[in-house]
Amino acid sequence: MDNVMNKSYNFKEEMINKKDRFVPGHRMCAGCGGAVAVRSVLRSLHEGDKAVVGNATSCLEVSSYMYPYSAYEDSYIHNAFENAGATMSGVETAYRVLKGQGKIKGEYKFITFGGDGGTYDIGFQSMSGAMERGHDFVYVCYDNGAYMNTGTQRSSATPRFADTTTTPAGKVKNGKVQVRKDLAAIMAEHHIPYVGQTTFLGNFKDIYTKAEKAIYTPGPAFLNVLSPCPRGWGYETSDMMEICRLAVDTCYWPMFEVIDGTWTLTYTPKKKLPIEDFLRPQRRFRHLFKPENEELLADFQKEVDKNWNEILIKCNM
Amino acid sequence: MIGDKINEQSPWQDITEGNKLFEAATSREFKTGEWRTQRPVHNSEKCRDCFLCVPVCPDMSILVTKDEKIEFDMDHCKGCGICAKVCPFDAISMEV
Amino acid sequence: MSIRERLSGNEAVAYAIKQINPDVMPAFPITPSTEIPQYVASYIANGDIDTEFIHVESEHSSMSAAIGASAAGARTLTATSSCGLALMWEELYVAASDRLPIVLALVNRALSGPININADHSDSMGARDSGWIQIYAESNQEAYDNFLQSFKIAENKDVMLPVMICQDGFITSHGVENIELVEDELVKAFVGERNPEHFLLNEKEPMAIGPYAVSNYYMESKRGQRQAMLNARKVILSVAEEFEKISGRKYGFFEEYRMEDAEYAVVVIGSAAGTAKAAIEHIRSTTGKKVGLVKIRVFRPFPDEEIAAALSKVKAVAILDRSEMFSGTGGPLGAEVTAALYRAKVNAEVVNYIYGLGGRDITTDDFEKVYEELYRIAETHEVRDNYRYIGLRE
Repeated sequence: MDNVMNKSYNFKEEMINKKDRFVPGHRMCAGCGGAVAVRSVLRSLHEGDKAVVGNATSCLEVSSYMYPYSAYEDSYIHNAFENAGATMSGVETAYRVLKGQGKIKGEYKFITFGGDGGTYDIGFQSMSGAMERGHDFVYVCYDNGAYMNTGTQRSSATPRFADTTTTPAGKVKNGKVQVRKDLAAIMAEHHIPYVGQTTFLGNFKDIYTKAEKAIYTPGPAFLNVLSPCPRGWGYETSDMMEICRLAVDTCYWPMFEVIDGTWTLTYTPKKKLPIEDFLRPQRRFRHLFKPENEELLADFQKEVDKNWNEILIKCNM
Repeated sequence: MIGDKINEQSPWQDITEGNKLFEAATSREFKTGEWRTQRPVHNSEKCRDCFLCVPVCPDMSILVTKDEKIEFDMDHCKGCGICAKVCPFDAISMEV
Repeated sequence: MSIRERLSGNEAVAYAIKQINPDVMPAFPITPSTEIPQYVASYIANGDIDTEFIHVESEHSSMSAAIGASAAGARTLTATSSCGLALMWEELYVAASDRLPIVLALVNRALSGPININADHSDSMGARDSGWIQIYAESNQEAYDNFLQSFKIAENKDVMLPVMICQDGFITSHGVENIELVEDELVKAFVGERNPEHFLLNEKEPMAIGPYAVSNYYMESKRGQRQAMLNARKVILSVAEEFEKISGRKYGFFEEYRMEDAEYAVVVIGSAAGTAKAAIEHIRSTTGKKVGLVKIRVFRPFPDEEIAAALSKVKAVAILDRSEMFSGTGGPLGAEVTAALYRAKVNAEVVNYIYGLGGRDITTDDFEKVYEELYRIAETHEVRDNYRYIGLRE
């Protein structure tokens, strides 16, 4: 892993010298976390390396390659909703063959993006197969916790109790019943060389370094990026960074990496905040703050604590 | 300009085979700045060039100039206000 | 000198793959096409070819990976049958609309349910509107020959469409027949290398593929696909002409068998044509009736004018479909041939039969009964029931 990192992370130098490979003019909503995820991951590509960017059908896809407007400096392929993994398998295999035949000289990297619906749910099999086969590419899930492209329907990444358009909080129901699937752990169990979970924090060191490791580690890698959605979650567009900070400081969204099976926590909150702090600013959890729903909040806290403790054990802490 | 070659009035013969596109980053031609309902105003006196606002922009619309100052791409800024919130020095304000 | 061998249809197609040595093959096992990827895997294991095999976890993924590989610039193929093709459905349309020259070796098998592993054409007929070129074989020899021609058609710059090379499950796929193979060097020179104009891994020019296209682009894109399919007609014939030069075997959109003076004709696709030919010989030698056969090779693009011309002098024609379409009016071949005859103002009486579903045998006796019915219809001009089953217990 040591040779993976180009150099140590110098924030100002990165901001001054790095060119974005995801470009303006895409049609994601104002304040979209998904766009920040894509931008951040692609910035981790080393200058001079070429890339093919893949994409499952998603908000990102319909907004970033609307014919004839591509928001990518690199080659790009979208195929369908459930097959970003298999599609990139084909691209990466073609690269190995054509490179072997001497038809391609340069270095290419392969990165594919899916939303949580396209990754946790409908595209899960395709991604799992691609990772198991050992293709050298990164699967990035920009996880905004629901099917946002079709109007905020629940996915298996949606947190428990979230009010979505298919799990609406009503007079007798309190949003989604089930807890979210722990996809990063499932991907770690594929015994692939690199798995990371991250979001946007401070000077973006966490996401940049994880994306760089994911891209430059030979073999399959999976990166799960919590990507707030102002429309689906119900918060002011300007609050993205605060929402992310609360997600990690409440331990709702642990940031860790799993390198060759070894788990490492990459962020520990100075002070673990109560889960209410993350939930309160979001309209999708508004019903939890009715007096009669105090118990649900306690359940949510219990779930967060349990997950956090499990992560600490996995990370030998 | 790609929009001169392929647009919503183009006859079928001008549509590329399989809707493939043979150039990069054509979305720059699409000016999302028109969506904006509020705009960021930069106070260069308060700004300490920390650049913390640069990576948070979903639209790559905060640029670092050659003399290491920030500059807004108002053709594309959608006015979300993340940059203003994240600035530790209140050097960006959102105005209608 | 051509090579004489005895091969099953699956072996024949696998042998063609070996001779072509394509770049990438994603595949998933399904009866009765499984042997094709098995043979290819053994060629790879023994160093005979350097194709990269992708062991995908489903047929949806095999077509998805094929799309990725082909878009990246690799010569790509896969093989499947029945439910495997059905699982690819969405991707068949994407491959065609992305204009990717993928080749699919389809071993025709009935679609579920009930689950059945034997031959009929419900799988490929269901995919007839997906934008793929479809070429069918009567015999192992034809399956082999069609496969050798496939990439040259698909990759032609005026076409750039995926091609489905179809043969009947078990009947040809597992039946061993004498076959003449073309020498390796001739195949290599005939097929050539893929030299894509645009591809993802082109270092000089980035490419984007698979956009969201609004209403103001979608219809124009479909018109482009239609043009490619129209262009394919000429290319299919010119590739067949070139192939004749290296093999001595002649191919067109369809084969006309004893049609020069035929008054009664059967139109059929696939292996049943062999049975029909035997029946024709028997009828002609015992009764002198002028019976003939049109065996469709190319179903997409559909050679409507040519078929109508071939049937322009017959008194009555029976169109035989090996798949249901549940329109309540007949089968897909019946509908298309009838429409072709109508447009060309051909006045022959027409009857449509459904046969051979789920591997039900069709015999020379069955064909003789079909021709007898054609004599009656030609004489009385009363079709009675234009939508019948052959070999159904009633």
